[in-house]
Amino acid sequence: MGVSCGLLRALLPRATIPLGWFLDIFRSVPLLIQFVLFNSLKSIVGLDWSAFTVGCVVLGVYVAAFCTEIVRSGVLSVPQNLRLASRSLGMTYWQDLRYVVMPLATRVAFPGWLNLSLSAMKDTALVMWIGIIELLRASQAIVTRIQEPLLVLCIAGLIYYLISLVVSRLGAQVEKRWQQND
Amino acid sequence: MIEIEKVHKSFKDLEVIKGVDLTVEKGEVVSIVGGSGSGKSTLLMCINGLENIQGGSIRVDGTEVHAKGTDINKLRQKIGIVFQQWNAFPHLNVLENTMLAPRKVLGKSRAEAEELAVKQLTHVGLADKLKVFPGKLSGGQQQRMAIARALAMSPDYMLFDEATSALDPQLVGEVLDTMRLLAEDGMTMILVTHEIPFARDVSDRVAFFREGLIHEIGPPDQVIDNPQKPETAAFLKSVV
Repeated sequence: MGVSCGLLRALLPRATIPLGWFLDIFRSVPLLIQFVLFNSLKSIVGLDWSAFTVGCVVLGVYVAAFCTEIVRSGVLSVPQNLRLASRSLGMTYWQDLRYVVMPLATRVAFPGWLNLSLSAMKDTALVMWIGIIELLRASQAIVTRIQEPLLVLCIAGLIYYLISLVVSRLGAQVEKRWQQND
Repeated sequence: MIEIEKVHKSFKDLEVIKGVDLTVEKGEVVSIVGGSGSGKSTLLMCINGLENIQGGSIRVDGTEVHAKGTDINKLRQKIGIVFQQWNAFPHLNVLENTMLAPRKVLGKSRAEAEELAVKQLTHVGLADKLKVFPGKLSGGQQQRMAIARALAMSPDYMLFDEATSALDPQLVGEVLDTMRLLAEDGMTMILVTHEIPFARDVSDRVAFFREGLIHEIGPPDQVIDNPQKPETAAFLKSVV
């Protein structure tokens, strides 16, 4: 979703200004407030969604809003000259996009995108406010049971760290492989 | 045959081409010289439809470039263009750079495209650099690769937009030699260039651009060696 919004924003900047405004809302309002607001809204409108669905939708839109900007900056980083060159070889607009713009934009956007994924993963901790048991919530439950807050929170932190470590290591590998070519 | 008739081109309020007429016959090499901002490069961009025009017409083999129904991508396959900035695709190696358009545009198989690309790259003297990425090449090598990339589409026309202007002086020669070979092979070429001696050597005709118009045009021994107009003489004096 973020990738397609980002492409739209980069390729049709004028036509998608309203989309930009819409996504700005999700980028600017704190995620916690979005969760609580959307959860109440859901009840008012009468949607029968589980807390998990709500969590996914809100987090999804929130991440997509940031992803849009990351992708947009990637696409805009591709020099106009290269696009002229590929078009001059007879490639169509879409071929240029697929074989020249996208691969180059990905390299620029990737570190930012990885960063976003990591922070999104940690933002999942906020869904407990709408009643989902996630890692932090679960550790608090354990804390009340065994009365060892430091130990339990350290373990919870360690779990977050390990998940992040795997993701960021994989990302670093990918970047390194790309850089060998430059 | 490229027929340019009364072409006008403006960027917003600035008119850069003010009614140019030029016909380039098959097999002819025409050089365009002139000061910067005189509209020479813009004219090349108009010929393969990378820029639109505000008046007049450009026909390539009888096909109107800027007409609504024209398949511009099809037309561009016939017209290779090499830019001042060599514009190598940095994420592809030399071979892949050259193979990309033949494969995707002409629909050639990998083997066919590779054969074609190797042939052209050998022609420009890059046979030993096939797997190298553009970042590791010199400017001259990248520019020669750009020429091979354009040639791999088997174009009928080649346009060169100040192909050597962004190169270090010692690298200019290798690119000019490649272009000279091409001219000797009978390729129809339009060169925008500041290399006056080179233009004199390879061109059938030389056009001097001034303020968006062709000020003087004729064989090189007339325009360059014996200019008829004082502005042409003044320009040549300033560049040589």
